Amino acid sequence: MPGKTHVQTTINGEQVDFLCEPRQSLLECLRDVIGLTGTKEGCNDGNCGACTINMDGRVVTSCLVLGVEAEGANIETIEGVADGSNLHPLQLAFLENAALQCGICTPGFIVSSKALLEQNPDPSEHEIRFWLANNLCRCTGYDKIIRAVQDAAKKMQEA
Amino acid sequence: MTTADYERNMILSNVDYKVIGTRPVRHDGADKVTGRAIYGADFDASGLLHGKILRSPHAHARIVSIDTSKAEALEGVKAVATTADFPQKDGNKWLRDNILASDKALYAGHAIAGVAAASPHVAEEALALIEVKYEVLEPVLTTQEAMAEGAPILHEGLTTQELGEDSGVVSNTANHFQHVKGDIGKGFKDADVIVEREYDTKTVHQGYIEPHSGTALWGPDGRLHVWCSNQGSFVVRDSLADLLDMPVSKIRVTPTEIGGGFGGKIPIYVEPVAAILSKKTGAPVKIVMSRKETFEGSGPTPGSNIKIKLGAKSDGTITAAHAWMAMEAGAYPGSPVGAAAQCVFSTYDIENALIDGYDVVVNKPKTAAYRAPGAPNAAFGMEQAMNELAGKLGMDQIDLRLKNVAVEGTRRPDGPVFRRIGAKEVLEAMRDHPHYQTTKPDGHGRGVAIGFWFNIGFDSACNIAVNSDGSINLTEGSTDIGGSRTSIAMHAAEVLGIPVEDVRPSVVDTDTIGFTAVTGGSRTTFATGWAAYEAAQDVRTQSIERAATIWDVNPDSLDMEDGVISSKTDSELKMTFKELASQMSDTGGGITGRAAVNPKGVGGSFAGNIVDVSIDGETGKVTVERFTCVQDVGKAIHPSYVEGQMQGGSVQGIGWALNEEYFMNDQGNMANSSLLDYRMPTSLDLPMIDTVIVEVANTGHPFGVRGVGEANIIPPTPAIANAVSDATGNIMTQLPLTPGAVLESGK
Repeated sequence: MPGKTHVQTTINGEQVDFLCEPRQSLLECLRDVIGLTGTKEGCNDGNCGACTINMDGRVVTSCLVLGVEAEGANIETIEGVADGSNLHPLQLAFLENAALQCGICTPGFIVSSKALLEQNPDPSEHEIRFWLANNLCRCTGYDKIIRAVQDAAKKMQEA
Repeated sequence: MTTADYERNMILSNVDYKVIGTRPVRHDGADKVTGRAIYGADFDASGLLHGKILRSPHAHARIVSIDTSKAEALEGVKAVATTADFPQKDGNKWLRDNILASDKALYAGHAIAGVAAASPHVAEEALALIEVKYEVLEPVLTTQEAMAEGAPILHEGLTTQELGEDSGVVSNTANHFQHVKGDIGKGFKDADVIVEREYDTKTVHQGYIEPHSGTALWGPDGRLHVWCSNQGSFVVRDSLADLLDMPVSKIRVTPTEIGGGFGGKIPIYVEPVAAILSKKTGAPVKIVMSRKETFEGSGPTPGSNIKIKLGAKSDGTITAAHAWMAMEAGAYPGSPVGAAAQCVFSTYDIENALIDGYDVVVNKPKTAAYRAPGAPNAAFGMEQAMNELAGKLGMDQIDLRLKNVAVEGTRRPDGPVFRRIGAKEVLEAMRDHPHYQTTKPDGHGRGVAIGFWFNIGFDSACNIAVNSDGSINLTEGSTDIGGSRTSIAMHAAEVLGIPVEDVRPSVVDTDTIGFTAVTGGSRTTFATGWAAYEAAQDVRTQSIERAATIWDVNPDSLDMEDGVISSKTDSELKMTFKELASQMSDTGGGITGRAAVNPKGVGGSFAGNIVDVSIDGETGKVTVERFTCVQDVGKAIHPSYVEGQMQGGSVQGIGWALNEEYFMNDQGNMANSSLLDYRMPTSLDLPMIDTVIVEVANTGHPFGVRGVGEANIIPPTPAIANAVSDATGNIMTQLPLTPGAVLESGK
């Protein structure tokens, strides 16, 4: 069995150290080593977006990042989106717009959408569709997801 | 906090309710937007081992030998399982062989052996050390190939059932059946116009984002506990009992949250292998499929070959209809051609009809259900034939359909006589919709289509415990794939006159609730909702009786409405349900309600589409520019999630129409088993999906529910094909309507 590497990261604002094999993806480390199972695996080859996280300000699919590459990185996962027990406006908007059915893609969509609204607070429908095209949802047909992001954008601008 | 009521829908229902028809936030919502909800692969247990499955690279091969000794010797490997580890009983060979193959591998991806190890990576390394000797055979990949004279045979013991009797002929056709109504010979003779055409569709996958997974722990007490994200925990339990030859009482299945299913998570795949590996190791074993395994080793919906012939009078009256449908069952018999036959002509009142159905085995994964299984394949042919007929008759598309529409009293060709249905109302709503009334933009094509799905009832159970604060805990057994926990809770809230937030619904394991059938057939809100209705009635009756005891009056003199128990005769006697709940302990103990039902009043659902497309003349790429889905749902319990079902089914249909197919090489290997290459629709491919909810109440349900999950996937493929025909003038006889197919269609 290959030796393990010590990796030091910041996850959702907390310093987190973990040991991983060189062949383990960051997704696997988050889920199976650290125990943050909110980030989901749908394909393990970067095509579904269920494992989307924010790494050093960039939206990445964590299945395409190796655990060892996370050394020194600042990571935000779905578990870090709410402020304690206060849901983020996007989380509220997803609930209020019924923008989830089975919910397996929802963490990825929320992490992706949050990054969009941070750099473009008032996106058009087309801009939302373009940004979220790497997140697959098979239940909703995207209609209510698009509306939820629009709704959250509006409420965040009003706030 | 309630969900947004952002669209006004057409509502024909004239009954107003307090809770039914509102849009509360779902009870499991917070867990699902924060990443707290536990899905199949998220489950963990002390001492967990990880399993992986070796799969056949060949679509058709005899298995000569399996040598697992090198794999077993690898450090970190704890156990290896093959089909020899299952009890070798009669009667379930096909079920058992689909879990782990015995004498033959019948599709590329067919499971051969399982390994449990300390890590998934070690298990994967061990798979490479298992030596399987195959004698490779020629595969058959379509119904045409499989039914051809001299075709390679998948099952030497399979003989054709011909119109209900064993023909004794060994072939790949497992079954040929017919439904006959009237005399089509006479009907076609009476016709002024006849259309006849052949249509082909490809194998497609449900495409749920969560791959299959399951964890099993075989305890030292001989009891098996399984945690998995299937569509029916009791089906998992009962299938395991069959495969492992043990009583159902020794198996407990706990449902985790489920990341989509659409029918594909009704069968079991990895759970029995995990059980065997757990029995051998004494440790819990988790198996999670990869995406490639999910495509190649689960159950897609079939490719099909369908011929439709219609005859009509010049006024549009259909005089005869013949459907000839052959569907790929996959490796073992059991395609959805039977369901297709129940739907193909059922939108219309046709005097003379003949339906021929063929269930054909081919060297592809055993098909599973996929949202109205079989019906979209059938409608792709039938609703294009209707389009062609309207063209020949010079009639409006919707007028032709309304002229022949099935209504209450119409007998379907497969036998049943319709009770009150909403086919006519759906077509009228389509006709009157601004989308249909607006002239299509220049260069666009417009198509319409309608589809029928019969829906099912089956067993459901529900328990309710009243809390001392007047809230209730509701337990039920229907896997919640799309918010059904809340729609079921709304049934109970309506009966008791309490806010839905005062209901705490839980989906519980098979030791904790009465038998509940799968989440499928659009039955969950209908049947489990009904169980919740009955259990709440039980609580209501007991609450009235308890109040009668407290007041020392006859229970018949009391009533309960809007959460208040009061006397019909004495205005002084009044108590809220909440007040009563706080006194339960002192007045006789707690109140619990229960119900187990198998409701017979199933109401079928019709869905129709209006679609506008544009076509890139250079590349042939079809873009859906505008899409309207109209569906009769009986009664929309939670309109937002009803719209969600309609939108989701529509978009799966759009993917099926334009992109999706199992792209197989001639050896039966799938060339596009990733989500990049199996191209499901992304947000960027789509417009908003407009929905119109039609409510023609189902007289067989207390609130009029029909079930909404499936009919919506039926009309998109023919509606889009009709729109493409409208734009190009060419009839599209094959799915998917790829750019190449659209360009070729004119040649």
